[in-house]
Amino acid sequence: MNLGPHAAFIIASYAIVAAVMITLVAWLIFDGRRQQRALDALEARGVRRRSRAGDSGQ
Amino acid sequence: MQTSAQNLTSRLANPTRFMSLSATALPWLGGIAAAFIAFGLYLAFFSAPPDYQQGQTVKIMFIHVPSAWLAMGIYLLVAISSFGLLVFRHPLADVSAKAAVPLGAAFTFLALITGALWGRPMWGAYWVWDARLTSVLILFFLYLGLMALRSSLDDEALASKLTAILALVGIVLLPIIKFSVEWWNTLHQPASVLRFGGPSIHASILVPLLVMAVGFVLAFTAMHLMAMRNEILRRRVKALTLAEVSRAGAGLPAGAKG
Repeated sequence: MNLGPHAAFIIASYAIVAAVMITLVAWLIFDGRRQQRALDALEARGVRRRSRAGDSGQ
Repeated sequence: MQTSAQNLTSRLANPTRFMSLSATALPWLGGIAAAFIAFGLYLAFFSAPPDYQQGQTVKIMFIHVPSAWLAMGIYLLVAISSFGLLVFRHPLADVSAKAAVPLGAAFTFLALITGALWGRPMWGAYWVWDARLTSVLILFFLYLGLMALRSSLDDEALASKLTAILALVGIVLLPIIKFSVEWWNTLHQPASVLRFGGPSIHASILVPLLVMAVGFVLAFTAMHLMAMRNEILRRRVKALTLAEVSRAGAGLPAGAKG
């Protein structure tokens, strides 16, 4: 596949879009896991939402 | 009698139900988005012919245009969510607006940067201060402003309301961006897909563009759902941390109701 005399501009465009989208998804996964860990730690200490307060019979 | 749309909105108003439904939908949405983008890339690089004037640089259009459409579409979503917060006090409206703003900023950045990389070989300049480019740059700053305003206030309820008001005021920018290429003499080309009279692009280039656009929209939808889920979890963590602190202050054990 010949991208012509401006191949560098085409490749740079696609590379930047891929980098930004991969970074966004990686950040979203990382942030989600961090929040879930924090929530799990709180619930492990017995702090629960009212809707789940009865889950463990406490 | 409620319509099905109202039913869906009220069903999703419960964050717990939203968490359950979004957890089911996310893998499907992400998979379909990846499939569309992969097929779009195949069409872009192995099927679409070079443009008779722009040569192979027309390939940049397949990522530039979907990014630019999303830059504006996400702002519309932020504005609708802000309206939902201010008028209907929908429980997820502020979550939706807050989650969408950084994604909108990212896609606006991509529209600007891919536009610059397309402009240099075609126009001879990375940047010109014409109405289309300048108005999209203002949109990017508006997204940054929404994030800055929200993070500058400790009172989250007040921050949400003020951010929503700014988002609604900023919607005036969308028609300016859309019609800038008609109202002013711009170097940027006029609309060639979303125009009266139908698209003016040949199907061999239009089809890959539309496939990529659908892929980008689905990818954004998946990312928005992920960001909303994270924001709901963040609010739960904050609420429980405050509850733990107040119980500790009152001398109650952690699991006690108080």
